Amino acid sequence: MSIARWASPDYQDVMSLIDLANPTKFLALTARVLPWLAGVTAILLAIGLYQSATAPDDYQQGATVKIMFIHVPNAWLSMFVWGVMSLASLGTLVWRHPLADVAAKAAAPIGAAFTFLALVTGSLWGRPMWGTYWEWDARLTSVLILFLMYLGLMALWRAVEDPSRAARAAAVLTLVGAINIPIIKFSVDWWNTLHQPASVIRIGGSSLDSAFLVPLLVMAIAFTLLFITLHLAAMRNEILRRRVRSLQMMQAQARAA
Amino acid sequence: MSLGPYASFIVTSYALVALVLVLLIAWIVIDYRSQRERLRQLDASGVARRSGRGATELT
Repeated sequence: MSIARWASPDYQDVMSLIDLANPTKFLALTARVLPWLAGVTAILLAIGLYQSATAPDDYQQGATVKIMFIHVPNAWLSMFVWGVMSLASLGTLVWRHPLADVAAKAAAPIGAAFTFLALVTGSLWGRPMWGTYWEWDARLTSVLILFLMYLGLMALWRAVEDPSRAARAAAVLTLVGAINIPIIKFSVDWWNTLHQPASVIRIGGSSLDSAFLVPLLVMAIAFTLLFITLHLAAMRNEILRRRVRSLQMMQAQARAA
Repeated sequence: MSLGPYASFIVTSYALVALVLVLLIAWIVIDYRSQRERLRQLDASGVARRSGRGATELT
C-alpha cells in the first residue's frame, strides 16, 4: 500500500469505522459519550415537557391535544427502532459486522416499550376523541402486529442460548417484519380508518400550527436522543454479558481439563 | 393550567409514559451493574481474557 493512500482522509475514515467495530473500542467510546448524551436528552425533555404543558388548547380537542406530544414521538420511534434493527440485520447477514447483532438485540426491548406506549397513549387519546379505546382498523392493528413482532424477536433471542446462532434467525425475521413498516405508515391512506392521516411530514408542509408543531418536534428529538442513549447503554450491557459468557466457558473448560 | 373534562386521560397518559421509561432506564442500569459484578467475580476467581486484560476492564 502506498503512503499516499494510507494518509488519505477517506482511508482514515474507513479505519475509524473498523475501529468502532471492535467491541472494546466501542465500550471506550460509550463511556465517553453516554454522560453527554444523557445530559442533552434530559435538558431537551425538560424543555419539551414545559412547552407541552404551556401549549394552547386545540379549538376542537381542547387540552387532550397534549397527549399528541407523547403519543406521536412514541409512534415514530416504534417504526424508527425497527428500521435501526433492519439495518443492523443487514449488517449481520451481509457484512457480518461484529456489533450488528448486538445492536439489533439491544434495540428490541426499547422498541417494544415505545410501541407499547404508542398503543396505550393512542388508546387513551382515542376514548375521548373517537368514543372508543380500540378499533380493529388498519393503523391500530398494524401497530399491534409490530408490538407482537418485537415480543416474538425478544423471545427468539432468549430461546437460543448461543447469541451468534440466534443472530441470523433474528436478522431474517427482522427483515421479513420490515414489510410492516410501510404498511403502518401508509395504512391511513390505503384504507378507511379512524386514525387521522399524516399531518406533520406530508406533501405541502405540516398542517399543524407552530404552537403545536414546535413542542412536538422538540419532544420527538428528545425521545430520539433518549432512544440513542438507552440503545448505546443496552449495547454495552450486551457486550459485557457476552464477555461474562465466554469467560464462564473458559473457566468451565479449565476446570474440565 | 386547566386540563378540562378529560384531565384523567391526559394525566394517565403522561404518568404511564413516565413509569414505563423509568422502568426501562432502571432495568438497563441494574443490568449494567449486574454484568459488572459478574465480571468482578470472574476476575477474582482468576479467569483472564484472551487479551490478558482483567475481566472488569472496559477497554
